[in-house]
Amino acid sequence: MSIAIPAPRSELIEGLDAPLGVLDPEGSRHPSPVLDDSLADVDESALTDLYVDMSVLRRVDEESFALARQGELALWPPLRGQEAAQIGALRGVRDDDFLFPTYREHPLALLRGADPAEVLSVWKGMALSGWDPFAHRLATTQIIIGAQTLHATGYAMAARRDGGDDIALAFFGDGATSEGDVSEAMVFASSFQAPVVFFCQNNQYAISEPVRVQSETALALRATGFGIPALRVDGNDVLAVLAAVRIAAERARAGGGATFVEAVTYRMGPHTTTDDPGRYRDEAEVAAWAAKDPIERLERHLERIGAPIARIREEARIRCDAIAAQVRAGAAHTTAPDTETMFDDVYVAPTRRLERQRAEHLAFVRSVEGLR
Amino acid sequence: MSAETLTLGRAIGRALSDAMDADPAVVLMGEDIGRLGGVFRVTDGLQARFGADRVIDSPLAESAIVGTAVGMAYRGACPVVEIQFDGFVFPAVDQIVAQVARLHYRTHGRVRMPLTIRLPYGGGIGSVEHHGESPEAYFAHTPGLRVVTASSPQEAYSTLRAAIASDDPVVFLEPKARYWTKGDVDVAIVRDIESAQVLTRGRDVTLAAYGSVVQTALEAAAAAVDDGIEIEVIDLRSISPLDLDAVVASVERTGRLVVAHEAPGEASVSSELITSVVERAFASLEAAPERVTGYDTPYPPSALESHYLPGLDRILDAVDRTLGRRSSRTLLRHEPSERARDARPAVLEGSAR
Ligand SMILES: Cc1ncc(C[n+]2csc(CCOP(=O)(O)OP(=O)(O)O)c2C)c(N)n1
Repeated sequence: MSIAIPAPRSELIEGLDAPLGVLDPEGSRHPSPVLDDSLADVDESALTDLYVDMSVLRRVDEESFALARQGELALWPPLRGQEAAQIGALRGVRDDDFLFPTYREHPLALLRGADPAEVLSVWKGMALSGWDPFAHRLATTQIIIGAQTLHATGYAMAARRDGGDDIALAFFGDGATSEGDVSEAMVFASSFQAPVVFFCQNNQYAISEPVRVQSETALALRATGFGIPALRVDGNDVLAVLAAVRIAAERARAGGGATFVEAVTYRMGPHTTTDDPGRYRDEAEVAAWAAKDPIERLERHLERIGAPIARIREEARIRCDAIAAQVRAGAAHTTAPDTETMFDDVYVAPTRRLERQRAEHLAFVRSVEGLR
Repeated sequence: MSAETLTLGRAIGRALSDAMDADPAVVLMGEDIGRLGGVFRVTDGLQARFGADRVIDSPLAESAIVGTAVGMAYRGACPVVEIQFDGFVFPAVDQIVAQVARLHYRTHGRVRMPLTIRLPYGGGIGSVEHHGESPEAYFAHTPGLRVVTASSPQEAYSTLRAAIASDDPVVFLEPKARYWTKGDVDVAIVRDIESAQVLTRGRDVTLAAYGSVVQTALEAAAAAVDDGIEIEVIDLRSISPLDLDAVVASVERTGRLVVAHEAPGEASVSSELITSVVERAFASLEAAPERVTGYDTPYPPSALESHYLPGLDRILDAVDRTLGRRSSRTLLRHEPSERARDARPAVLEGSAR
């Protein structure tokens, strides 16, 4: 694979002219000299799994979006349109690799086994962090744009020092590439050959700002300036993303250092449930991307290769209905935290100052309740 | 008088557009401030009116937003930058604290930094992490910066105009929980950015607050009237420097001081204000000053923010304490009930209080 060899700058990048892909929007499969080797084992059952995973992710998103609209959740950042990018990345790494997500990859926690009630507690305003990062090898959700790329790099540096063969994968958006943290993460990853995958979902917008506000050139090109090889892939083609992340992960595991993967995709919905995308993008653009839907594309492909599509759809439907019920139940069962928990965990060793505040506040609460 | 009824958010937008009309050097920069009009729509319509050269949608880089504004100021511009939310100012803190704040001093007065940094701040809107912080103390601790805020549409208009007109760098804290509060705005009213304002006269207790807490303080003053207590509410307006003269003059009248803000109490604006008042007006104090602040925890999940924020009850409770009123609330605090005592962990036994 050409990407594995440190090479002159122009050869550090694949997919610059057009994002690499193997599945076209009609579901036809095309050869790719860069990606095909990494897809050799992807048979019909693996394709089915990817289809079901993407469907589940979409259903979690749809349910959560609806719950936010009904006021059950305070906020929801939808991921519709980005299912192939997220599932391709998740399935491109091992279960023991550590992921560093943003708010928009939050639902991946469910696919790593987190409890829906825990996951939704954050968006209900009940908790700052939803799951045990070590139980699911998934860092707590990041809201500060770009910060997690440094954490992933540090994790990878430590993994390398320990001689482990696990790696770190950082999710971030197109907007995030402008933050100093992301550049600094690439400096460190490059200096220390950290086994990290920088996974950028270029969904074309940072809230209202189109990607051209962040960069005049392809985002993947940035990494090459740090000596980090980059792959630019069709982010609505789950196989392309899967292959690219596998290449990047293998390269990292083999001691080759960091790789930057840019998945070129589109956020179909608003930035969050409080956003109004009608103010900054037009319907024709949205419609053009709708025609490239990642799930329908794989469905067409499964059909083309003669897979039992009716049975596969049914399997997906059963899984989706089950997870939707869990998500709804999770939202309903999340209970408000005890007042007292506000004072927990500020320090590992509680301070006298804070314990006094806890006692005073509880006494105050009781006194006010007593007055009512 | 040419008063107009505006929300606090619209009053800020009006101040920006009037400042841009008045001075072609004024430029705005920030994330999503152009086409979207900002996530709070404060800059709505400004890009259409003044063009993308003067209302600049910036890349996602807070350090660069402030750092490039420094360079613009070197070149004679008067930049007004927006940091989208309180919690996102931290990547820019290096530029604000290590560069903006001290350039005038470092260059022996040769370089001026007429930069205004707009920062929506504070909680109470039920938002997610990093969207409810009150970072004012970090800035107040830094010499060379002015830190101001506003409590009403009129204050927001006049204060922002003054901040933009100032040749010193100003951190302008916008109480986002009050963005939708309406009030009359007279654009002819100008003010300085150094003085506090007495909002209600009262003989019993001085209650100093700023930003969104001023509204709560006024509600407390109104509620206290029923108990025959007169509270003098002071809107500090300027957080750095603090208008000590105004607070001391008030405490000399009332003999009592309560300070309320959302930020954690430790090493905070109230720490500074109370220390200064004790230094300057000890003899006038008839009771120990009290403060009502956020607790010394990170800003909690929104389900708990009503406990964290200085609400009406906690403020009235503090007022009671300065008056030595042994209300049931006061009683509990000074003489913990059995249950409250039980709730105290062992580590507190034998501690000072
Ligand atoms: C440091 C910081 N600045 C600003 C924000 C506000 N903000 C939240 S999401 C967002 C856009 C992020 O865009 P991108 O990185 O492309 O990711 P996307 O949301 O499109 O997935 C902004 C500006 C933030 N959360 N953190």
